[in-house]
Amino acid sequence: MGSTLLRMILLLFGVSAISFMLVISSPIDPVEAFVGSESNISKEQKEIVAEYWGLDQPPLQRYLTWLKNLFHGDMGDSIAYKKPVTQVLAERFATSCVLMLTAWLISGALGFVLGILAGICSGKWPDKIIKTFCFVLSSTPAFWMGLLLLVIFAVNLGWFPVGFAVPVGKSAADVTIGERIHHLILPALTLSITGVANIALHTRQKIIDVMKSRYVLFAKARGENTWQILKRHGLRNIAIPAITLQFASFSELFGGSVLAEQVFSYPGLGNAATVAGIKGDAPLLLGVALFSVLFVFVGNLTANILYGVINPQIREGTES
Amino acid sequence: MKKMNRRTKTVMLAAAILLILAAIAIAGLVMNADSYGPDYGAKKLAPSAAHLFGTDYLGRDMFCRTIKGLSNSILLGTAAAGFSACVALILGIVSAAIGGTVDKVISYLVDLFMGIPHMVLLMLISFAAGKGLKGVILGVALSHWPNLTRVIRGEVLQVKNMQFVKAAQKLGKTKTQVAYQHIFPHVVSQFIVGLILLFPHAILHEAGITFLGFGLSVDTPAIGIILSEALKHISTGMWWLVLFPGGLLVLVVMMFDKLGDYIRLLIDPASAQE
Repeated sequence: MGSTLLRMILLLFGVSAISFMLVISSPIDPVEAFVGSESNISKEQKEIVAEYWGLDQPPLQRYLTWLKNLFHGDMGDSIAYKKPVTQVLAERFATSCVLMLTAWLISGALGFVLGILAGICSGKWPDKIIKTFCFVLSSTPAFWMGLLLLVIFAVNLGWFPVGFAVPVGKSAADVTIGERIHHLILPALTLSITGVANIALHTRQKIIDVMKSRYVLFAKARGENTWQILKRHGLRNIAIPAITLQFASFSELFGGSVLAEQVFSYPGLGNAATVAGIKGDAPLLLGVALFSVLFVFVGNLTANILYGVINPQIREGTES
Repeated sequence: MKKMNRRTKTVMLAAAILLILAAIAIAGLVMNADSYGPDYGAKKLAPSAAHLFGTDYLGRDMFCRTIKGLSNSILLGTAAAGFSACVALILGIVSAAIGGTVDKVISYLVDLFMGIPHMVLLMLISFAAGKGLKGVILGVALSHWPNLTRVIRGEVLQVKNMQFVKAAQKLGKTKTQVAYQHIFPHVVSQFIVGLILLFPHAILHEAGITFLGFGLSVDTPAIGIILSEALKHISTGMWWLVLFPGGLLVLVVMMFDKLGDYIRLLIDPASAQE
């Protein structure tokens, strides 16, 4: 356990170093990005700013300074939002979190149920429909799914708003929970649908394996019906890998939310990353990148730990 | 016509898919730039026989734009996936065949890159390259190797412990000789399948990153840009701008996926003899 933790911490440092190097090797001049391209400050003034920010120091020195400040909770100021990066991250994560959590739960539950259905009916028409559905879904980019839903439900039917997390032109205090949910439905649906395929196909395969096993054959011989077999022998066997898989999919979840948030102009972390990348906002981009890595890291760690805790085989294996 | 056996049928299907994809790629390459240029006399037309996919707010024919965009995507995806796969092949074999510290370093790198969400990694690389087309190509090419590296490394580790490899070692062959003569032929089928299955990923990621607005100027016909323009004009109700380009993209991605499956069937020893 200790060595795993050490490895994980080493990884975090490596990732932060790589992200840092990538961001500072960009030809986009941070001083220019800060002052804007229209303003014409003199070359000397630019150099003063560059020196003040420590841009003239070697990369390693800059990385260490950044790391030191990071441990003090200072990630610099966002150029695009004119606020400290930590503040932007906190605000954005709250919005993103609701979206990702909803989508995560729905896609997990839906994928699990569809997978079981397909696995039990393996080879028959429900299986074929679900398999084809998942196959098409796994080739569908999240943003196109979002656009389709937007065209159908927001533009043509007019049931849902076209974008944003709250009604336009309303102050934050006046927004009701109902309105927030109303704005959340389409992005969450987009993200849920795109996450279903993976878990459904995985669960389907597991169910087919279980149904072929000797103990299910024996249960059938005892006269148990399909539902009883599923409840007594299937669910427990499948639930563990499915939950683990779902936790390990945080990386795709985050990637999908970047695209979905762009489609719906939903002011979350992904949206902030896009804005930061396009406007040359290096501190914010770095902040979001680091945060996303931490997010994926927590997902993988949970998957690892859960796998050991829930699975009786592994649990006993480590004790002996 | 005589009923074909399964292997012939698979070969035919794979060839058909390959032909369609090649046709799209070439059609885009030789296409006259005027055919997807603006035509102010034919703005915002719904799909019809003259304009299969309709036209947009500048009167550009969406069918030609879509084909041109897909062609770009296929070419870019092929190049990027090919590059990534070669990196993966070399790293995978080196990692498993040499072992020791080299293996640890490569495995660490794989974990490192897989720890960053793919979309974020693409953004970082394309930011580092100064955005633009270069950023997109570099991003897609440099971010797809970790998964395949892991697969190939696992495969090599398995082969490495087999009798014939040990025999070769005992016969006094050098490490490079063993790697090239005895391990490489076993991994090559995995590699080809992995390579083809990388294409759809590369294409989807390319579309995603251009959709977000990284790289490629607005006039370039690319699926990501077409769809992001459709998003800007979404409330005008021009549904054909969304449906057709995206649908065709999904079809191309699915064809690549199927192609990978068929080729696996053909070259995997377990199913090749059917």
